[in-house]
Amino acid sequence: MEYPDNLKYSVEHEWLATDGTVGITAFAVEQIGDIVFVELPAVGSEVVATKPFGVIESVKAVSELFAPVSGKVIAVNTSLGDAPETVASDCYGAGWLIKIEPSKPDELLALRDSAAYQAMIAAS
Amino acid sequence: MHQTALVDRHRALGAKLIPFAGWEMPVQYQGLVEEHKAVRSAAGLFDLSHMGELWLEGPDAGRFLDFAVVTAPSKLAVGKAHYSMICAADGSVMDDLIIYRLGEHRFLVVSNASNFETVGAALRERLPGFDVRFDDASMRTSLVAIQGPKSAAILQPFIGVDLSTIKYYSGLETSACGVPVLLARTGYTGEDGFELFTAWDDAAVVWDTLLKAGEAEGLVPAGLGARDTLRLEAGMPLYGQELDRATTPFEANLGRVVKFEKEGDFVGREALAAAKDHPRKTLVALKLTGRGIARTGYPVYLPAAAEAAGVVTSGTTSPTLGYAIAMAYVPPAQSALGTQVEIGIRAQRATAEVIALPFYRRST
Repeated sequence: MEYPDNLKYSVEHEWLATDGTVGITAFAVEQIGDIVFVELPAVGSEVVATKPFGVIESVKAVSELFAPVSGKVIAVNTSLGDAPETVASDCYGAGWLIKIEPSKPDELLALRDSAAYQAMIAAS
Repeated sequence: MHQTALVDRHRALGAKLIPFAGWEMPVQYQGLVEEHKAVRSAAGLFDLSHMGELWLEGPDAGRFLDFAVVTAPSKLAVGKAHYSMICAADGSVMDDLIIYRLGEHRFLVVSNASNFETVGAALRERLPGFDVRFDDASMRTSLVAIQGPKSAAILQPFIGVDLSTIKYYSGLETSACGVPVLLARTGYTGEDGFELFTAWDDAAVVWDTLLKAGEAEGLVPAGLGARDTLRLEAGMPLYGQELDRATTPFEANLGRVVKFEKEGDFVGREALAAAKDHPRKTLVALKLTGRGIARTGYPVYLPAAAEAAGVVTSGTTSPTLGYAIAMAYVPPAQSALGTQVEIGIRAQRATAEVIALPFYRRST
């Protein structure tokens, strides 16, 4: 499984890019299984670090999505409405979820780099 | 946590193991949807060794079961099986069962894993006065199921009976893959298939043989996740969701299972007779016409109503049909086909329509 070096990772298995784009990691994709539904917040809404901002569903179960940092939602990947499986097939690309304008830069310090995130999931 | 005789094989196959009814069980191997579709189109192999196997043997075994459960097992022909339920004196469902008659005075009761202790205790409690021996074989019996349209073709080379002579809901003690088995043409997927009960350690050779032989036919190991979506598409109830101690068979649309015409008293007769025409709720099948997936416990509303009128018992997106389906309890007056309802999915409501069960029926 891949964990690109240019992303930051949360303990809840979301990634954050430098431009504020948020998605879920390859590890999360594997844990969730067949992804069949994604529910995301509206553009303009506020998300709070470590709090749920949406849900992702497999055939079997509902999983919450947790914001890696706080901020305003400035874009939402609406194409996932018709093609939620894109999250599984391209979780770092076309399967992105939302884009955030971070409001608390200090929160970035709580995120892990690729090596630290991989060490965390290896130990879990 | 109990483990089945096949747990190391599940691990080696890459299964995700989860706690289920006190057992560490495979929920999926390569993927739920892939496993589900394999069972619909080819075959799937399931480890169901967590199920309960309870034997009743003795001159009064048939008469005893007629008293202890709601069906009339004494009327079963030897070698046949039927779907049954054990109810409490108040008419509520303690478990749903498959009962096999394997001899004039010998019956096997198969219960849900979550309930085999409850069912065993209830049967023992109902024993006094009957000449019958009770034997809980659950912890020394394994169960491997092969389900799907190619099941018979895959299994046939490893068994000494012509499978075309084994009818649906029949059971036969024979041998397969070189070990003694109770072979049953039963299942919980809506497809043709067989269940093979074996001595605990004998499950390994049955599992290995069928997995290898079936590979070229498209057989895959299938977990409890696929089993749940398969049974839901087939409109089959799951104890703990559609059935429980707050539900009568009539409310679950399973009133036909209760045999009031049988001779003598049976546990729950009086309460069931009183409950027959007075359901407090009715189980319905729902097709979601709005966005989202209904899940167990989500509220069901009549259109625009503020108060919930019912509750979802099972729900998923159907891998075969491609849309979201659910079963739910609603007020009997709102259970007619075509009734429009709304399901509360987090902060939103999704529209749904009452449709006929099953959601999926195999073409034969």
